[in-house]
Amino acid sequence: MRNSTKLVILSVLAVVLILAFLFTDLGSNWDYILPKRTMKIISIILTGSAIAFSTVIFQTITNNRILTPSIIGLDSLYLLIQTFIIFLFGSTHMTLMNQHVNFFISVILMILFSLGLYHFLFKREGNIYFLLLIGLIFGTFFSSLSDFMQVLIDPNEFQIVQDAMFASFNNVNTELFYVALLIMGLATLYFLKFEKYLDVLSLGKDTAINLGVDYDRVVQRLFIIIAILISVATVLVGPITFLGLLVANVAYEFLKTYRHRILILGAILISIIALVAGQLIVERIFTFSTTISVIINFIGGVYFIYLLLKESRA
Amino acid sequence: MIKVKNLSKKYNDKTVVDNVSVNIKKGKITSFIGPNGAGKSTLLSAVSRLIKHDVGEIMIDKKEINSWKSNELSKKVAILKQANNLNVRLTIRELVSFGRFPYSQGNLTQEDWDKVDEALSFMELHEIENQFLDELSGGQRQRAFIAMVIAQDTEYILLDEPLNNLDMKHSVQIMKVLRRLVDELGKTVILVIHDINFASFYSDYVVALKNGEIIRQGPTNEIIEQGTLKEIYDMDIPIKQIDKCRVCVYFA
Ligand SMILES: Nc1ncnc2c1ncn2[C@@H]1O[C@H](COP(=O)(O)OP(=O)(O)O)[C@@H](O)[C@H]1O
Ligand SMILES: [Mg+2]
Repeated sequence: MRNSTKLVILSVLAVVLILAFLFTDLGSNWDYILPKRTMKIISIILTGSAIAFSTVIFQTITNNRILTPSIIGLDSLYLLIQTFIIFLFGSTHMTLMNQHVNFFISVILMILFSLGLYHFLFKREGNIYFLLLIGLIFGTFFSSLSDFMQVLIDPNEFQIVQDAMFASFNNVNTELFYVALLIMGLATLYFLKFEKYLDVLSLGKDTAINLGVDYDRVVQRLFIIIAILISVATVLVGPITFLGLLVANVAYEFLKTYRHRILILGAILISIIALVAGQLIVERIFTFSTTISVIINFIGGVYFIYLLLKESRA
Repeated sequence: MIKVKNLSKKYNDKTVVDNVSVNIKKGKITSFIGPNGAGKSTLLSAVSRLIKHDVGEIMIDKKEINSWKSNELSKKVAILKQANNLNVRLTIRELVSFGRFPYSQGNLTQEDWDKVDEALSFMELHEIENQFLDELSGGQRQRAFIAMVIAQDTEYILLDEPLNNLDMKHSVQIMKVLRRLVDELGKTVILVIHDINFASFYSDYVVALKNGEIIRQGPTNEIIEQGTLKEIYDMDIPIKQIDKCRVCVYFA
């Protein structure tokens, strides 16, 4: 099968799922339900694309296929920030204090953390194992701190923290949504300047330098773009730790190409398919008794273990 | 010309390249020899800006290496490292087409594809050009990587142990190609090589390194000589003249 055919199949599947999500079980309240569903679908497409796209770039510049910024600490940092805010101000404050402040504090801290990781990874001639180690240490540290604070806070408040622990497309803040859209749009535009380097970067650092890529500069810019996209997506809907890993690897397996234009497009489509299908299952089969991050993380986690086993055999 | 002046490089306080100065002549083959860990790869990596040096100066055609624009330098100097592991699955033709990136930025023109074809012919790879690299023998793989460097069409070609893992036939084949690159296309080839007989037979100049320092450099005849080899390798290596070729008998 040619790659263009595969992309068409993915697109068709994505469109069918989106239409199914929008128009099945509409009922008589459609003038209320349809706009709500549309909003949900757009946030799914937005965050799904951002996560797929940035995971592929991250894996290309780190030359590995089993790590993502979410796995190495970004998601646990997000939870820590949420816990900490509630710990300090209490939930009433937080909802009142306005979600905008929370949004920007979280995004900025997460971007700073990503850039810190970047520094460890590239500036000190470190290798990927070092990054993994640092990421795991920070991830565990953040989780332990969150756990500690969660024990101390009021059980009612804890409920609020727990909501933040699972991704949800059910109540995305509309205003923040537009802010996120704008930020992601700008980051993507900036990315287009560097798009041509990705195929070469996947050949490794030395080959990329040999072929005239200004390596440090290009990788740093790409890393900033990744940090922005993933942070904004996570803060908007919550952590879906294994989504990026899952869709990037399915894209590699399915498309079997080194061309990033195709890979990125494929990963984005697969991500949309996974999320819309997941959301359909959550809403229509489980009738909201579970969340999409539980489903995605279950499938993604199993796949992650499979990848680890496969890598260790190779 | 490539001029290296007082170059030093340290890794964690260990001096790996120590105050090295060397001039590489255009249109010649220069071989770097010396024991393992002498600093040959490090020197080659510094000259091809894969790693940053600590002190000293590297001039490439009268311009310091750090003041070259990355893209311009990649049309001037190409390097092939010792180990080439790829994370992506490519055919020979795809790999070789990457050699055109400095010129095309990924959108290859007809002229770029012509250069790719020339490089494939030069390395006699046309028949297997659509095979994947992971399906090839070590020798074929190495030839594919060299073809990529040829497609890059640079004046200077740097190769780190290109004969690694190759049998005699393929080693000879590669060395002949390098000779042709210099004699027919006017390239300048700089390589690290372990077999001193290949160095002796094919190179114009030899530079000997030991413990990060250059201990001897000069025309091949002056270096492939019993006293000098003793200094480099701490071995008594008798040298026999067979026809026009000096052969080092280093087995005993
Ligand atoms: N990235 C590195 N970090 C620390 N030490 C290194 C690194 N690269 C090379 N070395 C050390 O530098 C010395 C010279 O290495 P190298 O240039 O590869 O030698 P050669 O190619 O002559 O065998 C060796 O002792 C090696 O261990
Ligand atoms: Mg070496």
